[in-house]
Amino acid sequence: MKLTKIAVALGTSLAFFAVSAAHAWEPTKPVEFVVPAGTGGGADQMARFLQGVIAKHNLMKQPLVVVNKSGGAGAEGFLQVKGAKGDPHRIIITLSNLFTTPLATAVPFNWRDLTPVSMLALDEFVLWVNADSPYKTAKEYLAAIKAAPDNKFKMAGTGSKQEDQIITVMMQKAAGKKITYIPFKGGGDVAVQLVGKHVDSTVNNPIEAEAHWRGGKLRPLCVMDAKPLPYTAKVTDKQSWADIPTCKSAGIDAEYVMLRGIFMGPDVAPDQVSYYVDLFKKVRELPEWKEFMAKGAFNQSFMSGKEYTDWVAKNEALHIGLMKDAGFIAK
Amino acid sequence: MDEINSLMHGFSVALTLPNVGFMLVGLLLGVLIGVLPGLGGANGVAILLPLTFSMNPTSAIIMLSCIYWGALFGGAITSILFNIPGEPWSVATTFDGFPLAQQGRAAEALTAAFTSSFVGALFAVLAITFLAPLLAKFALEFGPPEFFAVQMLTFCSFIGMSKEPPMKTLAAMMFGFALAAVGMDTVTGQLRMTFGFTEMLKGFDFLIAVIGLFGIGEILTTMEEGLAFKGKSAKINFRVVLHTWKELLQYWRTFIRSVLIGCWMGITPGGATPASFMSYGMARRAAKDKESFGRGNIEGVVAPETAAHAAGTAALLPMLTLGIPGSPTAAVLLGGLLIWGLQPGPLLFVEQKDFVWGLIASMYLGNIVGLIVVLTTVPWWAAILRIPFPVIAPVIIFICAIGAYTVHSSIFDVVMMLVFGVFGYLFKKLRYPLAPLVLALVLGDMAESSFRQSMLLSQGEVSIFYSNWLVGSLMALSIFLLLLPAWGALKSMLRRREANAYLGR
Repeated sequence: MKLTKIAVALGTSLAFFAVSAAHAWEPTKPVEFVVPAGTGGGADQMARFLQGVIAKHNLMKQPLVVVNKSGGAGAEGFLQVKGAKGDPHRIIITLSNLFTTPLATAVPFNWRDLTPVSMLALDEFVLWVNADSPYKTAKEYLAAIKAAPDNKFKMAGTGSKQEDQIITVMMQKAAGKKITYIPFKGGGDVAVQLVGKHVDSTVNNPIEAEAHWRGGKLRPLCVMDAKPLPYTAKVTDKQSWADIPTCKSAGIDAEYVMLRGIFMGPDVAPDQVSYYVDLFKKVRELPEWKEFMAKGAFNQSFMSGKEYTDWVAKNEALHIGLMKDAGFIAK
Repeated sequence: MDEINSLMHGFSVALTLPNVGFMLVGLLLGVLIGVLPGLGGANGVAILLPLTFSMNPTSAIIMLSCIYWGALFGGAITSILFNIPGEPWSVATTFDGFPLAQQGRAAEALTAAFTSSFVGALFAVLAITFLAPLLAKFALEFGPPEFFAVQMLTFCSFIGMSKEPPMKTLAAMMFGFALAAVGMDTVTGQLRMTFGFTEMLKGFDFLIAVIGLFGIGEILTTMEEGLAFKGKSAKINFRVVLHTWKELLQYWRTFIRSVLIGCWMGITPGGATPASFMSYGMARRAAKDKESFGRGNIEGVVAPETAAHAAGTAALLPMLTLGIPGSPTAAVLLGGLLIWGLQPGPLLFVEQKDFVWGLIASMYLGNIVGLIVVLTTVPWWAAILRIPFPVIAPVIIFICAIGAYTVHSSIFDVVMMLVFGVFGYLFKKLRYPLAPLVLALVLGDMAESSFRQSMLLSQGEVSIFYSNWLVGSLMALSIFLLLLPAWGALKSMLRRREANAYLGR
């Protein structure tokens, strides 16, 4: 018994040395963690959460400092990282604006200007209505939009020509009717507008609307993913995230997830990239991270290296198609 | 009486020795953050947030919210002493605070500011304690048209404020609107007026403009006028505090009005900055000696400070009950709540009793302790004015530059601050008022998006602005305020014409 324990201990420490020898590079000064969005939003929450758990578990010798660069729908942050050639002390967390901002505004940057590090998770989108509304299922809601004249139904969302509006366009296609889209600054505002019945529906991320759902103010109709969410713990008395059907099953052909991934500036060394890949792998093992994922009903896919790069390229192509269809591309 | 029991329980949570210690640390840090322009409560809380993850959530939020109170108190100090608002909501405090300091009454102005802050916060906390569910429901009534109506009301309550000719006021306001429009347009998702410069993407931050226009502008003017601050002979002893308190009692009407404006703007959530402007405007309108405003009237310090602090405190209510932050600092605190595993929302009051009532109790204690801390330091702050100008001016410029840099960690902003400084100087020389510019810069963006959101909602029908009692009465009130000065002017014109006609005959 004892012997095996010692052997295991020896083994792990050997493995540890092997790992640390392979990754000679470590940050030598504080690392700037750029958030291309304002304070309080989904990306900001995740970045600050990461900063907190990494500090708490001492996963980095140097501090990680979160900096918000939200100007020009995130262009400010992306341009800064693009300019940080060969700088290993600067990383950025992404939203869909990695694709949508350069397409909609023609600000000169592209993900290929950056170095992909790893995918942290994918954020889901759920179609929400007010709990007092008569629509119990996505089918009923869709039928109501179909039956009403154009622009009768109002959808609130975050920003303009970004993910929420793209999804709204997909819904318009499914309904064959126009839906009025009203842009707000942040996801929290959007959810409250729906609670206050100023609009008919939203496509908030789970974490933005969870509290209102639990409080009996909002009702989820369907989730914009290929299959239902895996989280079976009850959120309300009756329902869990897993009980929400997919939008596809209700006849809304809308599948959309949002990348929460990490990028670095151009021309960084491979061992610098793998340092961060390992760091986030370690974070994924923490119980706090698992709890955070469950709370926000995230899709816990993790990728790095070529697999990640390919995924990003595919997702970019998807966005170009969607934005073209919607007429959102800058001339 | 349920609330009283819960509150007593809250006090027992907040009054443990470590929590009182965190409270003091938070307050001192907060005052420091408030004094440094640009650093701001939001940045301060964001920087310190990670340090609190190893603490239990209740202690952590007590410390962080005390930083917030400290920053609210501290923002007034530099506004009064150097005409540099440490926080956006103390801009209105400079209008009368700085003239008072120049007249050697800095200690009085500081005492008035701190006391008003305390009164504002106290009443807002009382409102939160007893009316939380009701107020939270009221906040839900606010959609885009209602927001626009509130912003319109702020503008209208401020109109006719300035002693300068109306055309100059209008020009300054339009300049502010133009600056506010630079950057991303949220409604169309397009960039405006960036002229291809990537530095312009983020637009002009309010804080950088204010630090430049007021702080650097003031230093340039002072340099021209002979390298000395005017108000050096401040009477400095603690008796001034007691004396000022006696004087403040007569402004009870201003206090009540400002508390109401502040609570209302904090909950809706209009924010502390518009609240302070609106309250200043209303106080001036209600006063008999309108002319003394802007020249060193204590009431002109009381009104904005009371409202700003009431709004800043009340802003925590929508954050706790709805998950919408009423201020940037509240937004950062909200992020903290989520990290501690607390989900803000209607159920927080039910599920996390210890936390919520501990926080509310700490609001009472934090403000009382905060008041004592800042009042005892009044003589020292006032004594800064005795330092010779050639020594203090470089320090101020240095602090301003750090402040401007911290907002976005960008050197371009420091350059912009200096450019705004030159503008501030020119405005003063050419006798253009700065206040309308600042007001337009801070509210222009919000008002524009609320208006356009309303137009989208109604498909272009203006009737949305009188479609229900709430928005209708807000709009009616703003139009009334807008027309009031015009009516006064018309009346005096008619009277003059009558008199002339009488004399002519």
